[in-house]
Amino acid sequence: MKPRTKRIAFVLLALLTVGAASALISKAMDGNLNYLYAPEQVLKGEVPAGTVFRLGGLVKKGSLKRSDTKLEARFVVTDNRGNEITVVTNKILPDLFQEEKSQVSRGKMNDEGLFVAEEVLAKHDSEYMPAELKDVLAKEHAPAPAKVDGSEIGKMTGQKI
Amino acid sequence: MKINWFKYAAPLNFYSLAGKVIPFFWVAAIALTAFGLYWGFFKTPDSLENGMKEYYRIIFVHLGSVWMAMWLYIMMVFWALVGLVFNTKLSYMMASATSITGALLTVVALATGAIWGKTSWGTWWDWDPKLTTFLILLFIYIGYIALQSAIDDTRRSDKASAVLALVGLALVPVIYSAVNCPDPTQCSSLHQESSMKNIEPNIMRGIIFTTLGFWMYSFAAILMRVRNIILQRERNTTWVSKLKEVN
Repeated sequence: MKPRTKRIAFVLLALLTVGAASALISKAMDGNLNYLYAPEQVLKGEVPAGTVFRLGGLVKKGSLKRSDTKLEARFVVTDNRGNEITVVTNKILPDLFQEEKSQVSRGKMNDEGLFVAEEVLAKHDSEYMPAELKDVLAKEHAPAPAKVDGSEIGKMTGQKI
Repeated sequence: MKINWFKYAAPLNFYSLAGKVIPFFWVAAIALTAFGLYWGFFKTPDSLENGMKEYYRIIFVHLGSVWMAMWLYIMMVFWALVGLVFNTKLSYMMASATSITGALLTVVALATGAIWGKTSWGTWWDWDPKLTTFLILLFIYIGYIALQSAIDDTRRSDKASAVLALVGLALVPVIYSAVNCPDPTQCSSLHQESSMKNIEPNIMRGIIFTTLGFWMYSFAAILMRVRNIILQRERNTTWVSKLKEVN
C-alpha cells in the first residue's frame, strides 16, 4: 500500500469515528427526550400499544405487595397528581427500592392495563446527607413536652393548697 | 525575576525539569488520596438519608475519576492546539502522554459507576444519556490513541490526532449538559443530577481530597510518560546519547 493511500485510509477512519460518535450522541439525545414516560403520558395513550418502554414515577405509599407463593411483586407508580399505573414484576427489586421513592421500570402494558416490568430500577437524588442527622434535627426541632409532674405544679402555684 | 518559559519548550530542558518535579507530584498524589480515602471511609456517615448504605463511599473514587477524565480531555486538546499553532514538538508529546491517563481514568469512572449502579439502581449499565455520553468519551480517547500509533511519521500522527481531539471536544459540553441538566423535566434519566448543594461536609472533604489526589497522580503519570516519549523521539540526538540512564 502506498503511503498516500494509507494516509487517506486513516483520514477516512478518523472521519468515520467522528461520524459514529456524533451519531451516538444524537441517538442518546433522542433517547433523552423519551428516555422514560410518566404515568400521565401512558394513560393519555402517548405510548403505542405493545411497545416496550420505561415507566418513571414514584412508588405509591402502601402499594407494594409481594406474593406469598411466587417471586412476584405489585406496586403502584404515581405522579402524585392522581395518575397511577399498577406495575407487576417477577424480578428482584433493587436495594434502594422503597415506597415514596423514584423508580424506573422497563416493560410493556398488558391487556388488563397492568404494566409488566422486565426490569425495575431505583432512582436516587444527589443529596448526600446522613440519615442520622435528619433524626437528630427532627428531635431538636420537635416541641419539648410539657413537664407535668407534682413538683412543677407545686412551684407554679407557689404555696400549698 | 523573569523566567524564560520557552526554555522549557525544548525537550532537553523539560526532560530534566520533569525528572525533578515528578517525585513531588507522587508524594502529593499519595498523601492527598490516602487522606481523602481515610476521611471518606472513617469520618463519614454509614447510611444516607436517600436510603444508600455504606456502598455510596465508592463516590470518592467515582467523582474524582469522572472529573479528571473530563479535565484531562480539555488539557489534551489544549496541548494539541498549542502544537498546531506553534508547531512545538513538546506540546504534541504532552497531548499524547495525557491521552493514556485520560483514557485510564475514563475506564475507572465507568467501572466504579457500574459497580455503584448495580448496588443502588439495580443495573450495571443503562442507555441513559449521561452514561452513554461518557462511554463515547472513552471511544474518542481510544480513537485518539489508535490514530496516534497508527501513523509512523510522528509529525503527521501528531497533526492528525490533534484534529481528532479537537473534533471530539464537541462532546465535553454534551456530557456536562447531560449531567447538569438545567430542567429535570426535559431530560429525565436514571443518573442523578450532579448538584453539589446538599452534601454532608465530611463527604465533601473526602471528595475534594481524592479529586486533588487524582489530579496530582495525573501530573506524575503524564510527566513520566512524556519523559519516555521524549527519549523515544529524540533518540538520535547527542544529548540523549549522553544521558546516564540511556548508557
